[in-house]
Amino acid sequence: MNSLNMVALTTMWRKECLRFLRIWIQTLLPPAITMSLYFVIFGSLIGSRIGNMGGFSYMEFIVPGLIMMAVITNAYANVSASFYSAKYQRNIEELLVAPVSNWIIIAGYVGGGVARGMLVGIIVTIVSLFFVDIHIHSFLIIFITLLLTTVLFSTAGLINGIFANSFDDVSIVPTFILTPLTYLGGVFYSLSLLPEFWQWVSKINPIVYMVSGFRYGFLGVSDISFYLSLGILVGFNIVLLGWAYSLINRGVGIRS
Amino acid sequence: MRYLKCLGISQIRFTPKLAINMNALNIKGLTKTYKGGTQALKGIDLVVKQGDFFALLGPNGAGKSTTIGIVSSLVNKTHGEVDIFEYSLETQPIEAKSCIGLVPQEFNFNQFEPLIQIMLNQAGYYGVPKNVAKPRAEKYLRQLDLWDKRNTPARQLSGGMKRRLMIARALMHEPRLLILDEPTAGVDIEIRRSMWSFLQEINQQGVTIILTTHYLEEAEMLCRNIAIIDKGIIVRNTSMKALLATLNIETFVLDLSENLSSLTLDGFESRLIDEHTLEVDVPKEAGLNSVFEQLTQKQIQVLSMRNKSNRLEELFVRMVESGKATADVNSTIKVEGETHE
Repeated sequence: MNSLNMVALTTMWRKECLRFLRIWIQTLLPPAITMSLYFVIFGSLIGSRIGNMGGFSYMEFIVPGLIMMAVITNAYANVSASFYSAKYQRNIEELLVAPVSNWIIIAGYVGGGVARGMLVGIIVTIVSLFFVDIHIHSFLIIFITLLLTTVLFSTAGLINGIFANSFDDVSIVPTFILTPLTYLGGVFYSLSLLPEFWQWVSKINPIVYMVSGFRYGFLGVSDISFYLSLGILVGFNIVLLGWAYSLINRGVGIRS
Repeated sequence: MRYLKCLGISQIRFTPKLAINMNALNIKGLTKTYKGGTQALKGIDLVVKQGDFFALLGPNGAGKSTTIGIVSSLVNKTHGEVDIFEYSLETQPIEAKSCIGLVPQEFNFNQFEPLIQIMLNQAGYYGVPKNVAKPRAEKYLRQLDLWDKRNTPARQLSGGMKRRLMIARALMHEPRLLILDEPTAGVDIEIRRSMWSFLQEINQQGVTIILTTHYLEEAEMLCRNIAIIDKGIIVRNTSMKALLATLNIETFVLDLSENLSSLTLDGFESRLIDEHTLEVDVPKEAGLNSVFEQLTQKQIQVLSMRNKSNRLEELFVRMVESGKATADVNSTIKVEGETHE
């Protein structure tokens, strides 16, 4: 990467990180509060009556899924909101006029989403420590799954931002697609509890593989092979990054 | 690393020798048809020499902003070529874009960021390292009288300050070609004049400037060369001097001492606007002496006199209204004595 691109990329990352840090009450505090409520209600109050799941207490079982849920939501929301806001205020033009390559534009926005997703993941993990002792099976698997998931949902958020024509368009996908897929993605239950048909249906949901891979990193057990989860994550990343590049290259939603 | 020449990192940018025989902008056969079928540009050719202060004028919807949009990569062209300092925008976009600074018509900065951040981000997008960007941001914010507001979020600035911020921002990578789309719209006359002198100063330092404006007085005062675009076609491309020389009738407004109900002047078309105000169309060859002689004979005293509008405005309005533009479409385009098909 030449020095121009490197300076441009670090500028974008700094700008994106400053944006979500400046509005931390909207970006970093809510996941901490929401996840505390999940831990109290589903973990301590209801979870204590559920008993073990996959050989772990219910609280231990849901912690990786809840962290992943917060990470997915925040990585997605960061990029879709930031990119659409840049379109709305027209400051996306600063980048279009400048000698910044399209890959750098994508890497800049996705990098911001990854940073917020990771930071929220750390915050929620710290919050969870007040409720349960966390098992770590493999730091490397946790990190790889987290990185690939944040890149994937940041890119998805970018694509949402590219197509969005109003702030409503930015909230439709998280509300009507992302949230249902996350809740049905095995955050609160093991797929093995479902009838065979619904297990098969669940496996169409890509979030199942992310939650499963992440849980494997923590607990060392999962419903689906980690390598399959990894393959699905890499595959989705390649497809979405390619799509995002094609959209930016053609100027969809940003050039007339 | 050729693009460094365009980033002001190398001092070579301000070397006057570079101004000789180089085109800052060369547009060939540029067309643009929007999705709805609107043909905004119908194959324009335009050359702007390095070091020029160039006006691109035209009525609303004529194609000015589309042209600027294509040159600055905000609008996709349909056909044609755009070269900036001999770098093709299509095949050498990094080098070409590095040469351009854009001051758009609409405010397009992040309204929530402080000014200094907007300036540093802009430098970063052009690869200007922070140790160079910081003193440069201070320099341009001071020159445009915004340094005291450097930590203020942009949304809290007045309209005039926002306009100046856009100029300061466009200069952060010290471009060789500065494109200003209506830079003084909505700005009071005092600030407008200070912006004019600032722009003249940077033009004298070697920066080529392309200006679009609705204040024709501004274009007449600042620009050496001019292109007029109408309905997607360049209808005039000449020097300001040559263009103004084609104005063969000027309209003057005379304030008279007498109460008049009617008045005619031999050889002139005139209108009484009210009982003290006379409007006279004066052909260049007739001159004003005859007007004064006739008024003196009628014992009418002239208290004061002014142009009805500035010369360029008068010419522009006549050109657009008379449809002369359309008549010239298929004729040759005159560029400072040279003739290009």
